[in-house]
Amino acid sequence: MITEPTSKYLSNTVQSIQPSGIRRFFDLASSMENVISLGVGEPDFVTPWNVIEASYHSLEQGYTAYTANAGLFELRKEISRYMKRRFGVAYSAEDEMVVTVGASQAIDLALRAVLNPGEEVIVVEPSFVSYAPTVTLAGGVPVPVNTYSEDDFKLQPEQIEAAVTEKTKVLMLCSPNNPTGTVLSKRDLEKIAEVVEKHDLLVISDEIYAELTYDEPYTSFPAVKNMRDRTILISGFSKAFAMTGWRLGFACGPKTILQAMLKIHQYTMMCAPTMAQHAALEALVNGQKDVVKMKESYRQRRSLVIHALEEMGLSCHVPGGAFYVFPSIEKTGLSSEEFAEQLLMKEQVAVVPGSVFGESGEGHVRCSYATSVQKLEEAMRRIERFLKTL
Amino acid sequence: MNSTERELLQLIEKNGRLETATIAKLMGISVDETTRMLEKLEKEKVILGYSAIIDWTKGTEDGAVTAMIDVKVTPKRGVGFDKVAERIYRFPEVKAVYLMSGVYDLSVSIEGKTMAEVGRFVSEKLSTIDSVISTTTHFILKKYKHDGLVFSDNDEDKRIVVSP
Repeated sequence: MITEPTSKYLSNTVQSIQPSGIRRFFDLASSMENVISLGVGEPDFVTPWNVIEASYHSLEQGYTAYTANAGLFELRKEISRYMKRRFGVAYSAEDEMVVTVGASQAIDLALRAVLNPGEEVIVVEPSFVSYAPTVTLAGGVPVPVNTYSEDDFKLQPEQIEAAVTEKTKVLMLCSPNNPTGTVLSKRDLEKIAEVVEKHDLLVISDEIYAELTYDEPYTSFPAVKNMRDRTILISGFSKAFAMTGWRLGFACGPKTILQAMLKIHQYTMMCAPTMAQHAALEALVNGQKDVVKMKESYRQRRSLVIHALEEMGLSCHVPGGAFYVFPSIEKTGLSSEEFAEQLLMKEQVAVVPGSVFGESGEGHVRCSYATSVQKLEEAMRRIERFLKTL
Repeated sequence: MNSTERELLQLIEKNGRLETATIAKLMGISVDETTRMLEKLEKEKVILGYSAIIDWTKGTEDGAVTAMIDVKVTPKRGVGFDKVAERIYRFPEVKAVYLMSGVYDLSVSIEGKTMAEVGRFVSEKLSTIDSVISTTTHFILKKYKHDGLVFSDNDEDKRIVVSP
């Protein structure tokens, strides 16, 4: 709790939120030399050149003004085509989508549009660090549901049943998951859908990593029978097109909800950055070949890292997507914080302690394999050496 | 060529120094299988060799000059352009020879120590070959990108060390 005199000005809600545990690691790792970081939650590719060039061109042409609140109509039409082509879900470019400042803003809009004070949101943990705080900021109550390595970190439908109360309104899903890399199959999603329908829940499905799956064909949650009209789909350009710094995402869903989200967006953001929207348009029209290339490279590196972890005896489920592995470090007897801190101090390898992603992340660390093969191999050697000192 | 072979070739085309063990792990196959596949592709001359891409302008005073020469030739009956191409590519100074569509026939890349040396080769060896009708020599002034590699690339990691 902040104790400076000015803290009296702060809202109780904001004071109730803890800063992310990732922050401390960032400060620690930033202060050190020769660090190989497996702690980065973004692609190691630079945005494809044609996309950068399209943005230059738009600036040269003088496209520096606001766009429509919901985003450039051309871009929305492309998003609509893309969602149909890649995931088999149809959304109207007219009134069923909004282009946002990153998927993060889309999540914020979705939660603020639907939550009344005190309503509950089921958050599947380990989860991306912002879900629970964003729920709190929107006046809701996050209800964590833990998933476990025995289940490959897959949410079990009976766990939703157990967590549902009369105040439950929303289920937040993230597949492929950050930090576990777990992908829910069509069958998994269908079983979840049954419970969702039974309890009349709304689903916010964060599918930012949807392009990065390596084993089975991907199923988008709104593509599951009867789910389209009770799902707000969240996605964006950051991960698939290596565009994190452009801050461009989008949400799609039933008209009434999307129009409510647009109302908040219009008053609080106006529109997403215009030059980034022009870049995103190029990414959708001509970027799929780059996505395929980058995905292939992640798949290879996933194989390298899984193999190396296996060799050093750290058990790890094979994640079907994203670019993270989430090995168990329980056998070392260290907490995930201790493990990450000691590894950083002794061998200058940065990983993220699983505990920052929720209680059930304890006993694990998140390693991103979105870094060069050379660095990955060196990091694996260092981790192996570190394990031997324990 | 199957998809596994293609994947292997793409990996080593990007980095010829990848160790076999690393290739095996990246592809999720055994080291033995990788070795066998490499030997097969070498034997079939799909893989012709392994080389490094070097920026010779760095750290050396005795640089080299490269010229690209457009060569017009008279094809020979029965063997077309192949015989004359062979006459040319046998010279060790010649780094590359391609048969081209368009206004000239062969594109010949020559490397020498000085412009004079390349000039001598063109006037004494290349233009004196029977079938050669004319040559146009272009010297390379600066290499920006070669074989997919940018010479002055700043490829340092610009990402923050830890992010959610």
